[in-house]
Amino acid sequence: MSATALDAQAKRSQQEIRRLRRRALLTLRYVVLVIVAILFLFPIFWSFINSIKLPAEAVAVPPTYLPTEISFENYEELTTYGKIGIAQHVYNSTVVALITVAGSIVLSTLGGYGFARFNFPGKNVLFIMVLSTLMIPFQSILIPLFVMIVQVDLHDTLFGLALVYITFQLPFGIFLMRNSFLAVPHEIEESALLDGCSSLSILYRLMLRLVLPGIVTVAIYAFINSWNEFLAALIFMSDQDKFTLPVFLTTIRYGIWGDVNWGALQAGVIVSIIPSLAIFLALQRYYMDGLMGGAVKN
Amino acid sequence: MIGSIALLNLSWQQRRKLTGLLFVTPTVAFVTVFFIIPLLMTAYMSLHDWPLFGERAFTGLENYQELSKDRQYLKSLDFTFRYTALVTPPIFILGFILASLVRHNIRYIGIFRTIFFLPVVIGLGVSSLLWVWMVDDRIGIFNKILLDLNLVPKAQLFLGRPNTAMNVIILSVVWKTVGFTMILLLAGLQAIPDELYESAEVDGAGYFRKLFYITLPLMRRTIALALVLSVIGSVLSFDQFYIMTRGGPRNSTISIVFWIFNNSFTYFKMGYGAAMSIVLLGILVALTGLQLYVLREKE
Repeated sequence: MSATALDAQAKRSQQEIRRLRRRALLTLRYVVLVIVAILFLFPIFWSFINSIKLPAEAVAVPPTYLPTEISFENYEELTTYGKIGIAQHVYNSTVVALITVAGSIVLSTLGGYGFARFNFPGKNVLFIMVLSTLMIPFQSILIPLFVMIVQVDLHDTLFGLALVYITFQLPFGIFLMRNSFLAVPHEIEESALLDGCSSLSILYRLMLRLVLPGIVTVAIYAFINSWNEFLAALIFMSDQDKFTLPVFLTTIRYGIWGDVNWGALQAGVIVSIIPSLAIFLALQRYYMDGLMGGAVKN
Repeated sequence: MIGSIALLNLSWQQRRKLTGLLFVTPTVAFVTVFFIIPLLMTAYMSLHDWPLFGERAFTGLENYQELSKDRQYLKSLDFTFRYTALVTPPIFILGFILASLVRHNIRYIGIFRTIFFLPVVIGLGVSSLLWVWMVDDRIGIFNKILLDLNLVPKAQLFLGRPNTAMNVIILSVVWKTVGFTMILLLAGLQAIPDELYESAEVDGAGYFRKLFYITLPLMRRTIALALVLSVIGSVLSFDQFYIMTRGGPRNSTISIVFWIFNNSFTYFKMGYGAAMSIVLLGILVALTGLQLYVLREKE
């Protein structure tokens, strides 16, 4: 065999080794990925498993791994838990979330359009004022907010809580919608403006469709954040009937006379996880857009 | 009527200005009423003895003086910073590892990215309820597994001792938030051109050389952002302590926000709570300032 042929053969086997190594690494990567994925899914899966055990089995000491019998009694118990039942709290959370979504969309769209497309005195100052609130954690202004809300008799109302949530969403919403409007080419509205359309009808008939992805993003964040929020909901609602889901679930965790209904609690956890997860999974792309938009805001 | 006639007399340009102002008015009004005024009110209230009902009285800096003598407050500050210092590294390191794992667009990778991110969209309150049950000494799965594997002699009261309570809470928060850090770092990783790695490989650089000479330096801004966001979140934490330990054992897990909450909404010492909020705000503004500084540096 000639030297060049030997060289070529050595090169081939080297390539072969490299290919095998790469394949082994890839397999290893998948193995690690699957293990980590199982660990991440485990708490949710475990909660679900327990929510479909019989109530007696769900509080068994020590716990069982798999249910001996599948039952939805835990969910049924939730419907009458604490006299009010979970339906009222699902309703409360839903109403607050929907008002928050509607309010955030309307205000962010109007504001974003105004800041992106118009020039008026004080525009920069106002925009900086709105954005600077991103730096103020809502936890530090809850006391005066509470005093104000009590003053106007909006405490213990779903509307009052939603107003507070809308405010928390606004800086992010305005920022995102302004960017969405800025991304629309000017020529599109110019012809409509020349035709004498009013600004509002341009926004409504022309622009809304173009900034729809931004609106969807604002809506998802408004919904998920409002649905999950705990501290403000805990402070602003003292009437049990008005508790949102997370606050209601804490009352189960603290139990009735120390007796915790763990099965019902896990059923409640599943009920409150589902809407956020479903919305996230269905509209993941828009959610990630918002995350990136929010992250690069600085 | 008069208004609309006056409007007609304006030039087109003036009308545009007015329209723009009208568009942003609702937003600006909201932000003013619900952010700016409360912010000023926090400062104002912090100078008063302000019960929920009854007489309020101007007390000057007394609330702030009381703060320096409030042992639980100092303990809460200490606890919050210790918690932040302990929870930030695992979130960051695990976030980085996960981001590296899902970096390349290999088959099914989207599913894994989604799974690792899922806990982020679950509320912290609800995830705390999930974890408090998993680590329960009587019915929790953790103790069940540990007992079955003979790793512990008897069921552990994880939330009953300060050290293990801290560890369990850290574990739950890492699970809940690491996906967020992962996605931020993933974006940073993917922004690094592949050619850089290829030429480094030609020069014989190994994994760690590439990590320390290419990846980490080029991701400085993203890393800073991920760290600062994670630190801010930890300094403001409340849900996990309120739900999982109720501040216990022996008041060892009361965070700053928790102590503000107790003073303002349990004891209704709202002026005092406001003074603490101002201090908290100071800490947060300093952190955000740091964030802006680090991010600005390179541009």
